[in-house]
Amino acid sequence: MTTAPSALARRLLDGAGADHEAHVARYGALPGLRLDDLLAAVADSGLTGRGGGGFPAATKVRAVAQGARRPVVVANGIEGEPLSSKDAVLLNRNPHLVLDGLEVLARALHAKRAILAVGPEIEPGPVTDAARRRPVHLVALAGGFVAGQETALVNGLNGRAPLPRDPFTRVTESGVDDRPTLVLNVETLAQIALVARYGATWFRSAGLPDDPGTSLFTISGSVSRPGVIEAERGARLSDALAPARPVRPAAVLVGGYHGAWVPAPDLGARLTRAELAPYSASVGTGILHVLDTETCPLDLSADVMDYLARQSARQCGPCLNGLPRMASDLHRLAVGVRDPDLPNELERMAALVTGRGACAHPDGSARFVASTLRVFRGHVAAHLEGRCPSARSTRARSVAS
Amino acid sequence: MTTRLHIDWTRCDGHGSCVELLPDQLGVDDFGFPVPRSGQRDPVVPRRAEDAARHAVRNCPVMALRMYDAAS
Repeated sequence: MTTAPSALARRLLDGAGADHEAHVARYGALPGLRLDDLLAAVADSGLTGRGGGGFPAATKVRAVAQGARRPVVVANGIEGEPLSSKDAVLLNRNPHLVLDGLEVLARALHAKRAILAVGPEIEPGPVTDAARRRPVHLVALAGGFVAGQETALVNGLNGRAPLPRDPFTRVTESGVDDRPTLVLNVETLAQIALVARYGATWFRSAGLPDDPGTSLFTISGSVSRPGVIEAERGARLSDALAPARPVRPAAVLVGGYHGAWVPAPDLGARLTRAELAPYSASVGTGILHVLDTETCPLDLSADVMDYLARQSARQCGPCLNGLPRMASDLHRLAVGVRDPDLPNELERMAALVTGRGACAHPDGSARFVASTLRVFRGHVAAHLEGRCPSARSTRARSVAS
Repeated sequence: MTTRLHIDWTRCDGHGSCVELLPDQLGVDDFGFPVPRSGQRDPVVPRRAEDAARHAVRNCPVMALRMYDAAS
């Protein structure tokens, strides 16, 4: 007899690996649910997407259920964010839970195909073993920062270059093989597998009423124990970070390179939409990157912006041109060019690229730049006066040498 | 029902004919690409500009524009 994992236990991470018998012994058999029952359970659970957008999972499922043709269901295991490894850890430790979510949805929707798409970050062994003898196509695709964007993934699965496409036609209308396509992050699917088994009330026994359940977080940067943890939704940032043991934190980048900074004095904030809104941050994919007090935040941000500019798919003019411009201006600020127009110019460019691309890349990159200028305002002012308050900075090094 | 203009940014090369035809709706950025003056992702096309917008859709050399009816 199996029992539901208790409310505060690790729901996702204590998996049984690729061994299906051990998996069933731990979680129980996967029930077959009719679409109405599955939809009701997912809607009542309040589950939101764990791949970045944070969109209610039930809304997406409903969108493909209304399609005229049998849909395709895709588990998105393209973890292109360099600071994220929660999907890789989940697929390594608990691949069957992800496959359960895919299978229970595919059956309820009478899907034409169920696909698990994985990027190069995912260790192939456990997913390959687990997907064998299950009604799922495992597809390995090339990676890259924007490759996991929904439309890029669909393009990749259709045999085209894995680049984002114009989102005018939603993939829920026409995606893989021109069929209505449901793309859900692998963690979202694992959560659906739990909701299908234990129900919405059980799911809601963790987290907050308006943001229930648990989430995986990848913690990196200035911490003594980096890695992936599972925490309740709505936990305080300081509590979520505690197991990783932050070292001299100055600020935490929440949500990754498309995310925003929360300064160290505010780490009592809860990881909810409402409490993160003042920082323009959101939980996103669950990345928490700790910046220490000795590293120059402008140095780091300029390097991140370089990376983001290089990761542009180079399809959309504002992104192709605007991101390198922001990277170059951030570098000028970081090395101490005393041009008082730089912050205004960066803010203008961030606003200019926002909303003017086929995917979320320009908007996310602009959010990161705007947050850097806002949270490190004092630091920016010091640079414009020709000094850097950080012990380790490009400027400090250049002065020292 | 409002009419909106959608730009497919993967196609747009910044030829600029839309900016000339819709000067009240579209400006141009540092790099020669159109910018909706309203700041909206898909800017609303007012009735008086609908003919010009249709013209812009037809004349875009890379077919990057389309008009559609939206609930709001």
